[in-house]
Amino acid sequence: MNLSQALLQLRRLPAYRQSVRLSAGRWYFLLPTVAVGVGVVLPLVYLLVRAFEAEGANLVEIVFRLKNLRLLGNTALLVVGVVVLDTLLAVPLAWLTSCTPLKGGRFFTLMGVLPLAIPSYVMAYVLLSLGGNNGAFAHLFGTSIPRLGGYWGALIALSLYTFPYLFLNLRAALFSVDPALEESARSLGCRPWEVFYRVVIPQLRPAFTAGGLLVGLHVLGDFGVVSLMRYETFSYALYVQYIAAFDRVYAAWLALMLLILAGGLLYTEARLLRGLRLDRAGSGVGVRSPNAYSPVSLGIWRGAAYLFLAILALVSVVIPIVTVSLWMVKGMDISHLTDLFNALSSALLASAPAAVLSACFALPLAYMGVRYPSPFSRLMERVAYIGYATPPLAFALSLIFFALWATPQLYQTVWVLIYAYTLHFLAEAIGPVRSSLYHASPRLEEAARGLGYSALTAFFKATFPLLIRGLTVSVAFVFLASMKELPMTFLLSPPGYETLATNVWSYTEEAMFAEAAPYALTLLLFSALFVWVLLIQERSRDASLA
Amino acid sequence: MHPLLSVRQLTKRFDNTLPPVVDGVSFDVLPGEIFALLGPSGCGKTTTLRLIAGFERADMGELIFEGEMIGSPKVHSPPETRELGFVFQDYALFPHLSVLENVAFGLKGWQPELRHKRVMEVLGMVELVPLKDRKPHQLSGGEQQRVALARSIAPRPKLILLDEPFANLDAGLRQTTREEVREMLKGAGMSAVLVTHDEEEALSFADRLAVMQDGGIEQTGTPEEVYYCPATPFVADFLGKTNLIAGEAKGDYAETPLGRLRLDRRAEGRVELSIRPEHLRMDAKTAEVNGKVGAVVMREFKGHDLTYRVQIGETDYFVQTDYQCQFQTGDRVELTAIEPAVVVKKSHST
Repeated sequence: MNLSQALLQLRRLPAYRQSVRLSAGRWYFLLPTVAVGVGVVLPLVYLLVRAFEAEGANLVEIVFRLKNLRLLGNTALLVVGVVVLDTLLAVPLAWLTSCTPLKGGRFFTLMGVLPLAIPSYVMAYVLLSLGGNNGAFAHLFGTSIPRLGGYWGALIALSLYTFPYLFLNLRAALFSVDPALEESARSLGCRPWEVFYRVVIPQLRPAFTAGGLLVGLHVLGDFGVVSLMRYETFSYALYVQYIAAFDRVYAAWLALMLLILAGGLLYTEARLLRGLRLDRAGSGVGVRSPNAYSPVSLGIWRGAAYLFLAILALVSVVIPIVTVSLWMVKGMDISHLTDLFNALSSALLASAPAAVLSACFALPLAYMGVRYPSPFSRLMERVAYIGYATPPLAFALSLIFFALWATPQLYQTVWVLIYAYTLHFLAEAIGPVRSSLYHASPRLEEAARGLGYSALTAFFKATFPLLIRGLTVSVAFVFLASMKELPMTFLLSPPGYETLATNVWSYTEEAMFAEAAPYALTLLLFSALFVWVLLIQERSRDASLA
Repeated sequence: MHPLLSVRQLTKRFDNTLPPVVDGVSFDVLPGEIFALLGPSGCGKTTTLRLIAGFERADMGELIFEGEMIGSPKVHSPPETRELGFVFQDYALFPHLSVLENVAFGLKGWQPELRHKRVMEVLGMVELVPLKDRKPHQLSGGEQQRVALARSIAPRPKLILLDEPFANLDAGLRQTTREEVREMLKGAGMSAVLVTHDEEEALSFADRLAVMQDGGIEQTGTPEEVYYCPATPFVADFLGKTNLIAGEAKGDYAETPLGRLRLDRRAEGRVELSIRPEHLRMDAKTAEVNGKVGAVVMREFKGHDLTYRVQIGETDYFVQTDYQCQFQTGDRVELTAIEPAVVVKKSHST
């Protein structure tokens, strides 16, 4: 019996398919995938264990404390406020830059993305250092403006940082609306405004919900802004409990409540999008061609539109950069350079390994998800997203509990920090690898197998070279996100460990704005790099679609 | 009868460095008439339709609908005021609305009861009542097509514009849908302008048609006129297979490589003639006559009929015969024209 006959024989056996399945789940892909799942879920489970350590009566007292209600109210008010304000900023911005013939559309689009380069706590720092008698505004213009703080301070800082998430989602959705739908509505008697209201707006729903979810999760997880603005939300209370009051059980409960809120947001989004399919019913023409129906002209509203765009760019990009630079110039001191260098190197120490590790985990996860889609691989990918959606403070706290119980010798070492960065930002690393995997045909690996290479060698010879670009982007994403991460760094860093982010926070906390400036400026540079990578990634995706 | 729509010298260019996409197009559509614009892709037929709908603005020419100027370089009534139905090639159904809501979309300002009644009536016409609550993505291609049609006829437009509406249907469905749509339009007394690149579709669907090439109209007429009396070699060739033959005309006859052929009209001098494959008869060779004897070089059996290619001298001729006419490749045959040849080009008029 020759080889091909043997293969034919094998194919007849029902076990053959089974063996394919098993080879799909080769240990070197399976193991990291399972490790990620366990790594994310186990600490969260342990958080639950710790939370229920309280005695019965004590437990009831903790859960039904009146303070919780106040925290819930404050948190909800902030989430709703930010989503509303973001909508008011992002919807007109998206519409103006993609559906109207305004000049400078590309410039204003860039201005709508750049706020992502200003971490929210830097935005809080800017707002705090701007007002007051000794504020930047007073230094520049001689007269002071009131200092923002509390709810309004938190609301404005968070909105200015998060509106790009909504803007980018809405913009992509606006571009994907089939122009034929608008023409069709016109021929059925709709005026341009009605077309927008009756046809375009309903199609933006998925983008709006997805963007709103991202914004909501951000606000829930935010620690820097609410603590600097002294606005008590769950995150802030959790931090105070853990650092100051040292009430571990109550802190665990606060983390749990934060998790429930995040879960609630995820559930709401899933509910809102259930049964919604807005892909084109026919084989649409695709992109907006220059021949498509002429964009809506604004008439007398042109001036107002430009004013809106200019003010938004001024407040969200120009003022922060000018303010930070101003403080930088005022507080210039060479002796601080060593501190800056130390902060930079300790940030690198945790961010760089986390970035590489994330990419290493993202590869098998994305590979399993794209090549062998199954309920299991989907579940594992979803677990990675849970790590991302978990509010950072809650994740950090559960890691502390878990480390203290499982590996006390690792507690308060940089390893726990790397672990936290890796698993929290893993979802950001999966995306780019996933999309580059879609471009690498499975046939390539099969061809390599046919030429006599083992499965693993075939993967590295045929597929891996095509993934390098995606992997690089993944590493960059996680690296830059870790560099500016604040809340997890706070809770998990070893004693005396200072990064750019923690220094901005501590100096701002003590109103030492000039001292905070060098760290803030360095952060801005790193974040600008982050946005640049993001834009390149977007552009290459657009190009590959065209 | 006054035309419902008059298109006069319509011209549109998208790029000043290129020739116009639509170049001086003129035709009329009568009330209740189904008119087709037929041509290869890129001939400007879809742009003409979009100009009529108001999605594009004309550079030159006039559009007159019910005696009223709706489009010219100076006047441009927006598409929503033209009250024309438009059916897109890819249907462009609103994905966020159900079938019912899609059809009701254009009936704004109607009383709710009247609107519901009209929607149900139109859905009944296209036999979609049971599917009224589905979303577009839950429908098959043919069903989507019917929703698109129902949506455009619901507001009772006098004229409906169809942009390759059958192109996305598979062959079997295409023919039946075409018949149903035609029946419905005729029943409702609606006029239509159909854009298509499928000559069979244009011939069977339209009352009259215009054949377009390079932005201009080559010929306008009834399907029979255009098919049997093509005015240009392009029209003759585009509408099904034909044999284009050069000849020397003398009055009612022309001398050609196929011998002396009767002409459909008087002509003199060099002419180009079209003779349809079914207008040639094939007989087994009896004697050498005037060089119109050739050899069968190809035989295509198609069930109810056959197509042969016969070589005479240097030229191949297509011949369409019925099942009784059986020859093999290599057989010597004689060709005879059984209908007059159509003059499609005269080098100098008489």
